[in-house]
Amino acid sequence: MGRRVAIVGIGQTHHRGRRPDVSVGEMINEAVRAALEDAQLTPKDIDAVLCSNMDFFEGYYLSDLVMADYTGAFLKPGFKINTGGTTGGAAAEVAWHHIASGLFDTVMTIAYQKQDEPISSQSALMTISDPIYDRMTRSGNVFAYMAEQYMHEKGATEEHAAIDRVKSDQNALRNPHAHLKLNLTVEEVMNSRMLAYPLRLLHMCPQSCGACVLIMASEERARKITNNPVWYKDQVTVFQECWHSTSEPLGPNPVESTKTVAARKLFARNGITKPRRDIQCLEMYEPASWCELVWLEDFLICDKAEAWKLLEKGVWHLEGEFPVNPSGGVVATNPIGATAMVRVAEAALQVRGDAGEHQVTRQVRRAIASSYGGFNWTILHLLCGSPDD
Amino acid sequence: MDKIETKEPMIVHGKIILPYTHSAGRVGSRFLRELRDSKRILAIRCPACNRVYVPPRSTCARCFGQLEEWVELDGRGTLITYTVVRYSLPVHPVKAPFALGIIQLDGADTGLIHMVGEADLENLSIGTRLEPVFKEVREGSILDIKYFRPLAP
Repeated sequence: MGRRVAIVGIGQTHHRGRRPDVSVGEMINEAVRAALEDAQLTPKDIDAVLCSNMDFFEGYYLSDLVMADYTGAFLKPGFKINTGGTTGGAAAEVAWHHIASGLFDTVMTIAYQKQDEPISSQSALMTISDPIYDRMTRSGNVFAYMAEQYMHEKGATEEHAAIDRVKSDQNALRNPHAHLKLNLTVEEVMNSRMLAYPLRLLHMCPQSCGACVLIMASEERARKITNNPVWYKDQVTVFQECWHSTSEPLGPNPVESTKTVAARKLFARNGITKPRRDIQCLEMYEPASWCELVWLEDFLICDKAEAWKLLEKGVWHLEGEFPVNPSGGVVATNPIGATAMVRVAEAALQVRGDAGEHQVTRQVRRAIASSYGGFNWTILHLLCGSPDD
Repeated sequence: MDKIETKEPMIVHGKIILPYTHSAGRVGSRFLRELRDSKRILAIRCPACNRVYVPPRSTCARCFGQLEEWVELDGRGTLITYTVVRYSLPVHPVKAPFALGIIQLDGADTGLIHMVGEADLENLSIGTRLEPVFKEVREGSILDIKYFRPLAP
């Protein structure tokens, strides 16, 4: 497994729909300074800087270089990672590789997106899919297919998606960094504009501007930097074939979900036999409210057709048995290239006990975070309060 | 069935329509506003290492300090190096032939890339002293400076 690695600094911007007041670099710089402040470090203490985004949103591809003034990367090694929706999670993964391998001791990894720069985020998003077939017919409705199947096969109703959305909104209202804080009712969600049946406007994630930064270090460095390191214990990355029509679990003869493959592997090698007991919360990359319910089952957090029933019992709420997205999740905040790193950062804050108003009621010893990218690329990250956990 | 054929490779035409609105940001906004409204070129100084940046930036890469000390330049400068572009592309600001150079403005520590105009393109030379020529109609862009031209001897 290589050397032990810990998160020693966490920073993020206050995510917003529009940030015309700052350039991309200035926006990133806010999160960089917050992370350095959190770790009580200066750029001199950092060995390598990774700076990642999804190229098409701002329209330049060597962001690691262009942003060097603002990231503290001047004369340091580093590069960018662009893996689509998982970018921020992959950027955390690569920092982990850098340190676990023994090549670097302290690495700053940055993920960002400024979604007020492209005229249409959808044009940028279209570049995720194959240009010969899927790009010609697609209209972004993959989660609609999934929602329809979930209701048909598992017995959920539209009301469950609405209850879940209100749960996330209530969490976002407590999170100072969250973008959408709407104080929604179930009725408002159920009556919001239909986008593609059964997917409604308020089921979907917004377009946000924001940046997130993690400073990660080897065990030796981490123990000198902080008394409260969060251990980046393990993670599993799983790919799948990238065709809309055969993507799990939608098409005929579906393959096993990448989320299930990731969860089984991660749980097995970390002695997790009862996930809701052995892990205390989850920050999930859920691009739509429906995903949260479907994927809780795919991640083996509960049985099939059980997520909506446990939702009714309040299990996934902030005060519940297994809080999901205490930050408000992606439906509240979506600086897309940074979104997956925000999951890791928020899970780390829960382990550290530093989430403030949205700290979950349970004592968090272990938290998991998930990254999602088109199509069904999963990274599942495990964070622990003790390296021996 | 026949084997996979290779006689007519098919091409599918794609297009991404993606205009941008790039935010100039905290210091870039003032720089562009001053160009547009007052034909003034502003630079910014790092209080720690004393470097003067134009175009301005809000963080010094070397010191990581936040920059806010404005310096007004008179716009004159020296040609550090140059090229003459002989081919035209849609992305070029003007039709070829035109001269592009790195210009060090008096009082600045950085180079500014811009065009050199009203000059004999066959006889440009490093070290030429230059002054800015502004466009009549300005819109808040680095191209509000039409080009730099040689100072009268």
